[in-house]
Amino acid sequence: MKSKIQKFFVMLSAGITFAALLFLIAYILIKGIPNLKLSLFTWKYTSENVSMLPAIINTIYMTVLVLVIAVPLGIFSAIFMVEYAKKRNPLINVIRLTTETLSGIPSIVYGLFGMLFFVTALKWGLSLLAGAFTLSIMVLPSIMRTTEEALKAVPDSYREASFGLGAGKLRTVFCIVLPAAVPGILSGIILAIGRIVGETAALVYTAGTVAETADSIFDSGRTLAVHMYNLSSEGLHVNESYATAVVLLVLVAAINMLSGFVARCLDGGTK
Amino acid sequence: MNAIIESRNLKLWYGDHQVLKSISMEIPEHEITALIGPSGCGKSTFLKTLNRMNDLVGNVRITGEVNYNGKNIYSPEVDVTKLRREIGMVFQKPNPFPMSIYENVAYGPKTHGIRSKTELDGIVEESLKASALWEEVKDRLKTSALGLSGGQQQRLCIARAISVHPSVILMDESTASLDPVSTGKIEDLLMELKSQYTVIMVTHNMQQAVRISDRCAFFLMGELVESGSTEQLFAKPQDKRTEAYITGRFG
Repeated sequence: MKSKIQKFFVMLSAGITFAALLFLIAYILIKGIPNLKLSLFTWKYTSENVSMLPAIINTIYMTVLVLVIAVPLGIFSAIFMVEYAKKRNPLINVIRLTTETLSGIPSIVYGLFGMLFFVTALKWGLSLLAGAFTLSIMVLPSIMRTTEEALKAVPDSYREASFGLGAGKLRTVFCIVLPAAVPGILSGIILAIGRIVGETAALVYTAGTVAETADSIFDSGRTLAVHMYNLSSEGLHVNESYATAVVLLVLVAAINMLSGFVARCLDGGTK
Repeated sequence: MNAIIESRNLKLWYGDHQVLKSISMEIPEHEITALIGPSGCGKSTFLKTLNRMNDLVGNVRITGEVNYNGKNIYSPEVDVTKLRREIGMVFQKPNPFPMSIYENVAYGPKTHGIRSKTELDGIVEESLKASALWEEVKDRLKTSALGLSGGQQQRLCIARAISVHPSVILMDESTASLDPVSTGKIEDLLMELKSQYTVIMVTHNMQQAVRISDRCAFFLMGELVESGSTEQLFAKPQDKRTEAYITGRFG
């Protein structure tokens, strides 16, 4: 009897979780798909067509920019933490505390900081660059953390074998350890992309809400999520904002599938 | 006897725990020397002092000397990477890199600056032939090394070790995780390799020591109890403890 009750609650929880997700996706798709019109994908944004294509392009710019900044930084700091720093180095604890604190800060606070520092103090103005730097700080902890875990998961026997052949530290880390950790690192990067694509609060005050394709990284431009936020908060184009949500959903799903595919390809090369 | 490696009063501590108590021994060139003894007796630790793999472990203190070709490898001016190129190592568990068979063998030579494709091809073929693996893998050099069987992987690790042309190969219980057929193949291989290389192996398996080693050293609780020709050590052990161990009274 007892086990039946337990089973019931376990199934119920799983059911509710799955149902919530299903409901959310179905709701967005049902509301959004009928509103998907060709005019939403015109090259130029006007207040009539509320085209999302510029926002999609800005999203891609933003994602690439953030990754260019945050991925090397995150990976190299993780390499330092795992491979170079001595175990009792006090710096490790300081860095760990910093990254953990960073990952707990609400994104609006990052937005505020970005506005005060990058936009105002550095005089970059509302720009993709200011937004990208703000988001980089935001996703850095998660990239670093996943890379650290991936590096730690590489068996020491690989390192021993490499040292045993007379390879130095640098060669061992970059030719043996890092390649073996790539699938793990990649999953961290994918998570980061998910956050970049979905972020609004940190971008509104740093990258701005200009609805056109940015000409350069010093231009302001809204990403897809910000675009959607604006459409729905203005209240004039709610239907279009549902359509935007569909595109955002598909985009995120596509990124996830792509990452799975890439990870399998990389694994396939070694196993 | 021409000793290629000689240790003098070698002592080693992990933290406060003394693992090696004044080991002095000579290892002759082009022979197979087996280090035997019960678990935790320090034989693996001793083996790892010979190419300074213990450097990788924190909290180690070493005194005494290990002379390789008459030079102390613990003196400050020694280039450790060069030393490890000359004194290669095969580990207990096969540990091929997660790359292709070819890349596994080519990694060592590439590390030491060989870039020419034809030269690398030559080294890969020669090393795989020397480790008796060539016939089994020559058609799939580009496939992953992790797809090989355990015994094949270990022979690949031997090929990888000899790809940089060492003069000494250290083997840390390198057949312990393998089946008898693979073990037999590796033992045959070692018998052939000793004409070109000096082999020092740690083994738990006394039959193995008898079968293939020329000389044998018995370790117990961090001490070198006895060393000499394998034949003599097993037929007429000088020390009571050696006798007790090889007749199976403990260990």
